[in-house]
Amino acid sequence: MQAKKEQKKFGREKLQRIIEMCMAVENRKADPFLLDVDDVIRVVKEYFPQWEKADDLNLDSEAIHHLASVIKLQSEWVKHRSTSLYTDPFLLEEKILQAGTEEMLEVFLGAWHPLVELEQLSIHSLAEATRYWDGLLPLKERWPELAVPEVAIRITSRDELIRERILGDKVFSEELEYHWQDLKEKVKEKGAEGKMFYWDFIEAETYEETVQRAFLTSFLITYGYATLVILPLEDEVFIRPFEKPSAKVGTQQSISIPIAVNYENWQKWKRGELH
Amino acid sequence: MRKRKGFYASKMKRATHMLFYRRHKKPGVKGWELHKALGVDYPKVLSILDDYLKSLDLQVKTVFEEEKTPTEKPSLDELDKARFYITLRGKLTPKESKMIGWRIDDLAGLAVAISYIISKKGQVPRKDIEELLNKKLPGWKVGLNIDRYIRYGYLQQDDNDQLYLDWRTHAEVDEKALIDLLLRSEVQTTLPSENISTDEEGVEEQEGE
Repeated sequence: MQAKKEQKKFGREKLQRIIEMCMAVENRKADPFLLDVDDVIRVVKEYFPQWEKADDLNLDSEAIHHLASVIKLQSEWVKHRSTSLYTDPFLLEEKILQAGTEEMLEVFLGAWHPLVELEQLSIHSLAEATRYWDGLLPLKERWPELAVPEVAIRITSRDELIRERILGDKVFSEELEYHWQDLKEKVKEKGAEGKMFYWDFIEAETYEETVQRAFLTSFLITYGYATLVILPLEDEVFIRPFEKPSAKVGTQQSISIPIAVNYENWQKWKRGELH
Repeated sequence: MRKRKGFYASKMKRATHMLFYRRHKKPGVKGWELHKALGVDYPKVLSILDDYLKSLDLQVKTVFEEEKTPTEKPSLDELDKARFYITLRGKLTPKESKMIGWRIDDLAGLAVAISYIISKKGQVPRKDIEELLNKKLPGWKVGLNIDRYIRYGYLQQDDNDQLYLDWRTHAEVDEKALIDLLLRSEVQTTLPSENISTDEEGVEEQEGE
């Protein structure tokens, strides 16, 4: 029993070392070919039958995941060597170190074609801006002060807030989960190639419900449960659900895509004009 | 015939406005924007414009989506996804490079960073570039210069402090030519024929971004 425990501990340490080595390769601190893939697979295979706890299985899958990244790097290396851009990095490093500043400049200027762009105003843009300014209503007219009636202060309950539709009757995360399942089902029913028209998904009988669905959909996209597919030339917007929430959320620079869900667009959709 | 000429002339003007004037945060225009504004034959319009720009030593540069440069004639779909810029067709002389706001050692540092990243298959820890530049530039300047290259869009850095080539390098630098020229260059043992000063004299750093 003790020996089995010891062996497991030893196996964990081995997997940990493999992961560290793979991460060093991924961060370009070590050559991808320093890692003997066959040997790593042999070690992973050897210890796999002993893993019972979720933590150990996680460690095992993490090792496989990092190993896959290393194999990818090895394949990229081979691909790069076969291209005309391949140069021995040591030779190049030596050249860079030996080259003087002026020589480096001469070399760079031979391959550098800087961008050309203008930033000045044109008469056309000034005229357009003036026209816009003329047509622009004063702030007072655009943002009229709201006449807020004075009301007495009193204590309210959660049920009352739900009745007034200030709060939802479900926890937001539950509502989002339900909305995600709904999206997946609708895509199966009405969609094609794993996606469907954005407006077809947020459709509802009333404008208020449509806005509510668009609101929840925006969170589905932000949190990585779904993504938008936009065809700019056709002016078409599709939504595509993911089977699992995307892990890329928060690691990549995100962009905002404004979609006007106004009353006019909703009426157009009702009349079937919004595809 | 004349009508057809006029048709392309007006499209060329429109393309010139779109390509020369910055419309977004980054310069350049996406293919689908040109498609929308000029119609399906926009590659032909760009080719006529490119011919016209030859005499001005300028060119229409096409940068395809990352790792998707077509080996043969690009399809309309590939062009729609590409980005188009106007760049210099020929070369600048060292004196001219000073006129557009670059100090010789800053530009040489950029050349070193770009060629080193290319030689390392497109990804290098920032620390390595700093060490390389430190050999010939004062320490206080190295970090500032790398930050400047990042700000201008020549390099990009991820959360793990790894440096990669960014959009401006892909648009402005002929990567293959740079490596070829560097390998063909011989170590300079005599003074350069053109006197290039490395001091700040008459050079204003251009913060164009």
